[in-house]
Amino acid sequence: MNALDVVLWVVAPYVALTVFALGHVWRYRYDKFGWTTRSSQMYESRLLRIGSPLFHFGILVVVLGHVGGLVIPKSWTEAAGVSEELYHLVAVVLGTIAGVATLGGLAILIYRRRTVGPVFSATTRNDKLMYAVLALTIVLGLAATVMANIVGGGYDYRTTISPWFRSIFYFQPDPSLMAGAPVLFQLHALSALLLFAIWPFTRLVHMLTAPVGYLTRPYIVYRSREEHRTGARAPQRGW
Amino acid sequence: MKVMAQLAMVMNLDKCIGCHTCSVTCKQAWTNRAGTEYVWFNNVETRPGQGYPRTYQDQERWKGGWELNSLGRLKLKAGGRIKKLFSIFANPLMPSIQDYYEPWTYDYDRLFSAPMQDDTPVARPRSLITGEPTKISWSANWDDNLAGGPELAPADPVLRKVSDQVTLSFEQAFMFYLPRICEHCLNPSCVASCPSGAMYKRSEDGIVLVDQDRCRGWRMCVTGCPYKKVYFNHRTGKAEKCTFCFPRVEVGIPTVCSETCVGRLRYIGIILYDPDRVVEAASVPDDKALYEAQKSVMLDPEDPAVIAAARAGGIPEDWLEAARRSPIHKLIFEYGVALPLHPEYRTMPMVWYIPPLSPVVDVLSGTGHDGEDAGNLFGAIDALRIPIGYLAELFTAGDPAPVRAVLRRLAAMRSYMRRINLGQERDESIAAEVGMTGEQVEGMHRLLALAPYGERYVIPKAHAEQGAQLEELATGCSLDYEGGPGMNGPFGEASGMPAPVAVENFHALRERQSGDDIDEAHRLRGRVNLLNWDGKGTPDGLFPNGNGEKRS
Repeated sequence: MNALDVVLWVVAPYVALTVFALGHVWRYRYDKFGWTTRSSQMYESRLLRIGSPLFHFGILVVVLGHVGGLVIPKSWTEAAGVSEELYHLVAVVLGTIAGVATLGGLAILIYRRRTVGPVFSATTRNDKLMYAVLALTIVLGLAATVMANIVGGGYDYRTTISPWFRSIFYFQPDPSLMAGAPVLFQLHALSALLLFAIWPFTRLVHMLTAPVGYLTRPYIVYRSREEHRTGARAPQRGW
Repeated sequence: MKVMAQLAMVMNLDKCIGCHTCSVTCKQAWTNRAGTEYVWFNNVETRPGQGYPRTYQDQERWKGGWELNSLGRLKLKAGGRIKKLFSIFANPLMPSIQDYYEPWTYDYDRLFSAPMQDDTPVARPRSLITGEPTKISWSANWDDNLAGGPELAPADPVLRKVSDQVTLSFEQAFMFYLPRICEHCLNPSCVASCPSGAMYKRSEDGIVLVDQDRCRGWRMCVTGCPYKKVYFNHRTGKAEKCTFCFPRVEVGIPTVCSETCVGRLRYIGIILYDPDRVVEAASVPDDKALYEAQKSVMLDPEDPAVIAAARAGGIPEDWLEAARRSPIHKLIFEYGVALPLHPEYRTMPMVWYIPPLSPVVDVLSGTGHDGEDAGNLFGAIDALRIPIGYLAELFTAGDPAPVRAVLRRLAAMRSYMRRINLGQERDESIAAEVGMTGEQVEGMHRLLALAPYGERYVIPKAHAEQGAQLEELATGCSLDYEGGPGMNGPFGEASGMPAPVAVENFHALRERQSGDDIDEAHRLRGRVNLLNWDGKGTPDGLFPNGNGEKRS
């Protein structure tokens, strides 16, 4: 374990996650008005109707897969009677399908963004950076899966990467676990950390306000003028 | 019984001359910004016509509003909550910019910068969406005055419902204007469609608004509104809509569209209604019963039980007084001439219309008959099936009886008042034939033809005791907010906290207090802020410098 490992697998994750958390708090307090998907559907919907659901549903499955692989310890799944082979098969098959769907969707969306005039002119530099990092992360993740499992003989990340990931949240980070992982997995993890660090400052913030509350709230919302003040902030107490 | 107050509007279509002043002043006030170039909170459509956006009334295509499910319960026509969340990544029912129109400007610079040439330089149109040269092929009122009639008007969804054999030959054509704003519905399907819960109905006055801080741009409201009166600002990525000019009505003055209406055809007032009965009324099985069902939700402001319940619900006395004087209540109930726009959408719209009698009068006069004789008019109203059928599809879900009754009342008013105007005796039988008294007819005539400002717009002010909450300054320092003055957000021009108006005043005040003399103090650092200029004096930079000489 050398200094570089500590920087990459201890310092970087904490910096990225801190920026992720505090960045969201700051952005929410400072820029609620800018907190939006900034949809471009008005300009073009034929490509969007294929690309966007493909990407979004794909990435939701990918996220669920990461929760299953990184958060749930191997001992738990084994206790539930899921053997390593079965887990591996499901993970590789589902992961590859979802990954390809995500990447395909993203490719359509990026193609659309570049070629459809109004969509391209509505693309900021911020968006371009975000697309680059997002695409890099997805490509690296898919490549790592394909290289390790389909080309190579398989890699059990649940004995190395997953414990490292969990160790960050226990505040007992163990960089040695990650130092021995295949380089593609390492690069995927680093690009993901970069993605988390820029996340609060891009349009990706819309994910954190996914409207699940819609399922339970009453259809018609009434609000009184009192709670909706027209000024920049609430009046202070007068004493 | 629960009582709530609702600001409502009635438009008298007979008086609309289609001048678009309402649209233009509304646009200047609210949507003259980037991202809302194509947005008209108020637009005026020629009927028959496709409307704006094109064919928005075709709910089989756009799926706006509510419908009844197999159990007879209300559901959103575009699908329930689960379906909405699953189609959130690409809304299949979202109109494209082409369904509205692609906004444009002209390359005016070309007129000045073109080199010397034989031909006069031309300012070519350029799309405001792409910036490229464009060919203008549609707009918010492309089919104004039946322009392109035979090709464009047959696509009118309302016309298609009425008849297959409508001939649009100009000899038989009828035409009228329909100004539209947001309906500020009692049962708003846009609010119900919003996944974020950013849209809401204000409980004091029923105005439907979008909370710009909570809107996340999921675009479901655009689909949900059957009138297509919620718009997507493609620059900020947020929904925007008609606000009923709430900053104006809060201080008791009418909306911009009403204020500037040349024909003085708009009326604004309060309606009291029972919110607990809205869903029940919106769920009546027969579309044609919805007009009466909506009337049954509205309460009589003179009824002591209603007044008591309103007081218990915290509605202030001056609001109750305004409800009793409401021109809206008179037009809907006492005179019975106002009808809702498309009640079959089941949203309980609150901008109502007095259908136009003029197409009927025009046909009568055109055929050499006396267009103001009661007998002729009554006969013509019954005989002219197509205008009645068309108006019924707009205002009563296709039931001709209420439209016929309204037109007969308007016709009776014409004949009755003409006799008075010509110095003849009052003919009570004309009024009686439409179930009114002569006195009522004269009252209706006064409201429709003569009523001054204060009778057309009965708008109670927002309450003084709530004033402190409306004020942004209170007792603190006006610069005491996050970011301080002069902050420009890193996420584009619109990001970050809004700059309070007080900051502007703060600078003006400081200049005035710290300036060397009075003359210098009002110079505002060489800039003129027209918002601060009270019309008195001549600040520097506002007028050309005269150097003490008289300008010629």
